Amino acid sequence: MRFLEAIGRAVLRLFEELGRFFQMLGGTAVWAIRPPYDVPELFRQMVRVGFDSIPVVFLTTLFTGMVMALQTFNGFARFHAESLVGSVVALSLTRELAPVLTALMVTGRVGSAMAAELGTMRVTEQIDALTALGTEPVQYLVVPRVTASVLMMPLLVIMGDAVGMYGGYLVAVQLLGANPVTYVENSFQFLEVSDVTSGIVKAAVFGLIFSVVACVRGYYTEGGAEGVGRSTTRAVVSGSLAVLFADFFLTKLLF
Amino acid sequence: MSAKPQPAEPKLRVEDLRKSFQGKVVLDGIRFSVEEGESLVILGPSGTGKSVLLKHLIGLIKPDSGRLLVDGRDFWALSERDRTVVRKKFGMSFQEGALFDSMSVFDNVAFPLRRSGRPAAEIRDRVRECLSIVHLPNVEAKRPSELSGGMRRRVGFARAIAHQPEILLFDEPNTGLDPIMTDVIDEVILELKERLDVTIVTITHHLPSARKIGDRVALLYGGKLVYEATPDEFLRSQDPAVRQFVEGRAEGPLTVEFEREGKVPVPEGS
Repeated sequence: MRFLEAIGRAVLRLFEELGRFFQMLGGTAVWAIRPPYDVPELFRQMVRVGFDSIPVVFLTTLFTGMVMALQTFNGFARFHAESLVGSVVALSLTRELAPVLTALMVTGRVGSAMAAELGTMRVTEQIDALTALGTEPVQYLVVPRVTASVLMMPLLVIMGDAVGMYGGYLVAVQLLGANPVTYVENSFQFLEVSDVTSGIVKAAVFGLIFSVVACVRGYYTEGGAEGVGRSTTRAVVSGSLAVLFADFFLTKLLF
Repeated sequence: MSAKPQPAEPKLRVEDLRKSFQGKVVLDGIRFSVEEGESLVILGPSGTGKSVLLKHLIGLIKPDSGRLLVDGRDFWALSERDRTVVRKKFGMSFQEGALFDSMSVFDNVAFPLRRSGRPAAEIRDRVRECLSIVHLPNVEAKRPSELSGGMRRRVGFARAIAHQPEILLFDEPNTGLDPIMTDVIDEVILELKERLDVTIVTITHHLPSARKIGDRVALLYGGKLVYEATPDEFLRSQDPAVRQFVEGRAEGPLTVEFEREGKVPVPEGS
């Protein structure tokens, strides 16, 4: 009986969380359309989500591209298919690795900060103060963060695609002695525009998901400093999980 | 500014307000009204839902049942847009100030003005005026974290009055301040009342402040307003709950409630 109760409670909580997620998503959509538009705040958030994430995304995708080249080269050498390394690196990066890894890194970097910031504002009554001053907190706090994430994630992923492929090139050509001309040729041989665009679409959706999750976590924070800590952790954990779930279904949908 | 209320309507009326959180009843049929220009102080020990009650008055929390009437209009029967308009009649000062810590003092006070899109020069003058009303010159450029507790409260006051509200709500305006600063805050509230001609609702557990700033005093206990009178009558009352609160005794009707809730009562003046 205990066991069933526990399952029931977990299911109820899951539905509660999903409810809050979609409620916030709807609220964000509604308030994003209504004036006033806070453009300076949107730019501030775009800098925080996008520009400030460049080093992290750069290093992540560079090393991913390098490792991909190294691993596939070693494996493909067993059946003399070294010429396909460039294609494999390019395809896996643009379709899968760059969007997902960028989303996970940005969730950790930016999602946690969003949850902590909104959570602190909640427990110190700053969110109540916003409402009391006639400002809708979702419009003032959530809309710019979510919009910035949706706009900046694709740009980060485009950069990540390029950096990752360059990382693969470096390893293959400099370290493993592949022919630079044929490697580049192979990289683009099987690559289609749709591979890149599907990755970009994914990136935008991931941006939407992680930012809404982080804002929900922060917005509904309870219980002082400890609560803020809990919200921050849960923003990263549930944000990352949601990104991975969504990745599977998006891939199924897009290809 | 807004349409004149009918003369018979009180500025603020609360009818049979009820609210519970996760099965625990916090407000159990609250009713009272505040006339225009009047100052009501709601007293009560900590943890009795005073802040919850105050947040109901400005519509930050929706009651389970009961009505809130502002100038005779039923707040929760209004559309969302109209609620925002009605909310602008209120200015609220929060317990710890609730200043936006990412902004300077100036930007904090300017916040409600900027959102209503007034010209910059007018905003600057109004911010200066508001800060001088609460006796805080030369702090405009500072961050909230650089201010003392008493200064933060007063910046909170300045922000609350910036958009010229008709009703001011004070949530524990002098909790956690030293006795001198407590009196300074009370003086500022009195001054606001006289200068701005506003309706004021204050919640506190500090008896001397209640006496100083209140035209009427009410005691919140067990989710109800159990006693309501002028400050002098309140102090002379023989009601056992009021007596316990006034004398600051650990034993009495107020404590029974607390022990059942597993909380320790806080004596007045702490």
